[in-house]
Amino acid sequence: MNLLARLQAWLVRALREPRLDLPLLSALLVLGLCGLTTLYSASDLDSHLLLNQALRFVLGGALMLLISRVPPTVLRNWTPWLYAASLLMLVAVAALGQGRGTHRWLNLGVMRFQPSELVKLTLPMMVAWYLHARDLPPRWLTLAAVAVLIAIPALLIARQPDLGTALLVVASGVFAIFLSGLAWWRIGLLLACAAGAAPLLWHFMHEYQRNRLRMFLDPESDPLGNGWHIIQSEIAVGSGGWFGKGWHHGTQSRLEFLPEHTTDFVFAVFSEEWGLIGVIALLALYIFIVGRGLMIAANARDTYSRLLAGSISMAFFVYVMVNGGMITGLLPVVGVPLPLISYGGTSAVSLLAGFGVLMSIHAHRKLMSR
Amino acid sequence: MRREFTSDPRLRLREARDEAVHFRARAIAGFVLIAACLLGLGSRFAYLQIARHDEFTARSDQNRISVRSIAPTRGLIYDRNGVLLADNIAAFRLEIVPENTKDLPQLLEDLGAVVALSDDDLERFNALRKAKHSFESIPLRFKLSEDEIARFSTERWRFPGVDVVPYLTRAYPHGEEFAHLIGYVGRIDAADAEKLDAQEYAGTTHIGKTGIERYYEDELHGQVGYEKVEVNVDKRPLRVLPDRVAPKSGKNIYLTIDARLQRVAADAFEGRAGAAVAIDPRNGEVLAMVSVPSFDPNLFVNGIGKIDYATLLNAPDKPLLDRTIAGNFTPGSTVKPYLGLGGVELGLRRPEDTVFSTGEFHIPGQERGYRDDKKGGHGRVDLVQAIAQSVNTYFYSLAYDMGIDRFSGWMANFGFGKPTGIDLNGESAGVLPSQAWKRARMHQPWYPGETVIAGIGQGYWVITPIQLAHALATMAAKGVRHVPHLVHALQDGLNADPQDVPEDPPQPSFIHNMANWSAVLQGMIAVTGPTGTARGLGDNFPYTIAGKTGTAERFSRTDEEWQNIMSVAVERHEVLFEAFTPAEDPRIAVVVALQAGHTGAHDAAPIARKIFDAWLKDIDGGHG
Repeated sequence: MNLLARLQAWLVRALREPRLDLPLLSALLVLGLCGLTTLYSASDLDSHLLLNQALRFVLGGALMLLISRVPPTVLRNWTPWLYAASLLMLVAVAALGQGRGTHRWLNLGVMRFQPSELVKLTLPMMVAWYLHARDLPPRWLTLAAVAVLIAIPALLIARQPDLGTALLVVASGVFAIFLSGLAWWRIGLLLACAAGAAPLLWHFMHEYQRNRLRMFLDPESDPLGNGWHIIQSEIAVGSGGWFGKGWHHGTQSRLEFLPEHTTDFVFAVFSEEWGLIGVIALLALYIFIVGRGLMIAANARDTYSRLLAGSISMAFFVYVMVNGGMITGLLPVVGVPLPLISYGGTSAVSLLAGFGVLMSIHAHRKLMSR
Repeated sequence: MRREFTSDPRLRLREARDEAVHFRARAIAGFVLIAACLLGLGSRFAYLQIARHDEFTARSDQNRISVRSIAPTRGLIYDRNGVLLADNIAAFRLEIVPENTKDLPQLLEDLGAVVALSDDDLERFNALRKAKHSFESIPLRFKLSEDEIARFSTERWRFPGVDVVPYLTRAYPHGEEFAHLIGYVGRIDAADAEKLDAQEYAGTTHIGKTGIERYYEDELHGQVGYEKVEVNVDKRPLRVLPDRVAPKSGKNIYLTIDARLQRVAADAFEGRAGAAVAIDPRNGEVLAMVSVPSFDPNLFVNGIGKIDYATLLNAPDKPLLDRTIAGNFTPGSTVKPYLGLGGVELGLRRPEDTVFSTGEFHIPGQERGYRDDKKGGHGRVDLVQAIAQSVNTYFYSLAYDMGIDRFSGWMANFGFGKPTGIDLNGESAGVLPSQAWKRARMHQPWYPGETVIAGIGQGYWVITPIQLAHALATMAAKGVRHVPHLVHALQDGLNADPQDVPEDPPQPSFIHNMANWSAVLQGMIAVTGPTGTARGLGDNFPYTIAGKTGTAERFSRTDEEWQNIMSVAVERHEVLFEAFTPAEDPRIAVVVALQAGHTGAHDAAPIARKIFDAWLKDIDGGHG
């Protein structure tokens, strides 16, 4: 009873005086509206789908609001446990998960849940937690420990197989290290090693992943099969021109030449309908969000908050880059959604939860600094 | 590597501040990195959307725009006076969109109780269904009757996905009378498709298969039109786009044929197998052209049933055979005027020279006799009498004196032994007996006796009615050859003036001395005179008729006793009659050939007279 009353009081306070960063919030709102508009067109005016996505935004927004009330110190204290819990869930998914041929989902009875989405948040938290108590900039040994922290969930996710998410998880961890001030020469050395090891990766890839890579290199070799996605996506983007074909006038998506036009390839629909002008505006919005996130990180009160906020912001960019690269044929096809525009529940919710963390860090910046 | 804690809080604060400064530098570096990456991404977008915009626009259009052909309306066919002979009529067919049906086999079974469905219909439907998308409408039954449409309409609710659809179909209102001449259209089959221009025929379902419909396919077909349709990835059409190229209808054809004359000619046969051809000798225009028995060409338009087709194909009197151009007849005595002219033109005889007919002709030094038709012979006859009474001996001796080489060389002037070049497909060449032909065909030398019987149109001779009519018209035109033709004018659209089709300029006459020609003409006039073989034919006819009878032996009868020709079974003879009128200024030349009959005069000549009578009415009525 007491607990319930306290929760109620906390909620009221959260709503009355939200500790939110207004520029970031407005940018997210604009992005969300833009996403819904694009989705409505891409789904050929499917209001059911639109409502579903709006509902997720509401859910994600609520989560963001909630998390923004949680002080970073509390988050920091919970970090190891959250990390451990998310790892456990990944193991559980590997053992008894379900999904379309891949083991990604955990059925919680009321809703299906993708633990890998949770890891997108808990991993940067864990790396930040680990690094904040170390001597910075990190040396090789610290680096090795962090590498293990990253590798365990990344490998579990890659095995599902969900290369896109694994990539994002690794990126968020790597960004935390980068922001912790790792010496440039160490970065250079690591990059060189990574480049040298790249051919090894081919060895560990699934056949479908290899096909994607082949198609990326030469999509016209199989225009009706594996190359279809890339070709149709490039046609959609290219035919958009300067100003696009207009909202709901994108023929590539409306006539279903473009596959997955509400999910992974929604950016192609946007490019087709809004043209280069729209794309530049959207990219500007994304870079504004990333920049604002990095500013919040720079103003944070402690190392943990800085690293966490910074890596969340930079990981957000990876979504845009990988998705945009994919639909323009710049990068191979990897299942990464366009943040807050692609249709799909868990990614929107986990992204907004991440922004909740940023909001919290922003709200608590003055408490300890100065 | 745990950091050593400093107890001095100020130092810790400073360290923290250093870290914050470090972090700021890294954050800026990160931001620059990200900005650079996004700039690269933006450039990629610009490259695709600006530099390669045209290319991708074209490919996007190629994706979504499907060009749908619109078949042109086929040209109509009229006779020389504007009587419609081949029409496009509105009809109704049953179409099914398989996608919109639930249980197709059951539906077809139920539908069969409402509208008659033959095995042919179902077979065709299933074949088409395999080749098309399930959202495309597939025809099931053509030419629904009014009863069937009414029955279907009341029960339509039972048949979702089934529709009655209007269409244009070819119809031949005169049916049998023109079946061979006009021919018919039929569905384009695999063999046709190979020869056709796939683009021009993209929307067309039917093509001329025989007769005029086939020969003038290019004129009748017209030009295909296009409309652009927006399709989705499954090629399902969603809407028609505004730009459209209308099809251009085929040309209407005005034949040289006179439909009334055609009808009279066809009726005059009274069902006896044979053919008649009427030509205007002044220009080679074919006025009538009938082959009996005939068939209903309308049966073929939407695919003739297997049983109907087998019946036609196996009928003993071969209704599908066009006897006018492909019917092989032995010319018999009809060749005599041409040979007679050759005798005088080549200087072997003078018109007044006589031959004594005893009833039998012998090659000097040979036992075998070649008979006259009259026991005891015709006595002493000149050229005119020889033609009028069809005296064999005169022509036996003439042919023998001429020799086979000069014989075939001369006869070739009249076009024997080769197609006339009429505007129809499938014309036979016939056979003009010659040494070269026999050597090529039978690898045997020529015997003088064969020259003798060639003189009366027997032996290896084969003619087609159009060939004989062409020879007759050439004779009537004093040796000027006009290629027989069927098209008088072409009309480009209903409102346009019909444009006359010019005739190829004919070559000058091959006859040197017109006095010779006049002598032969006298002989042909005498045929219908009081002592001629076709006496009485010209009674009560205002113009003089010049002609020649022919009664060809289908089997040799050299071993038999003399018989009254009328008592011989009709099957023994092919009978022919050729005649033109007015003799002085010929305007119509008619050939009638019957596959069986007593004599040319008895059976074939009356048909020719009926045609002349009908022609007379036409020219009196102001036509012609």
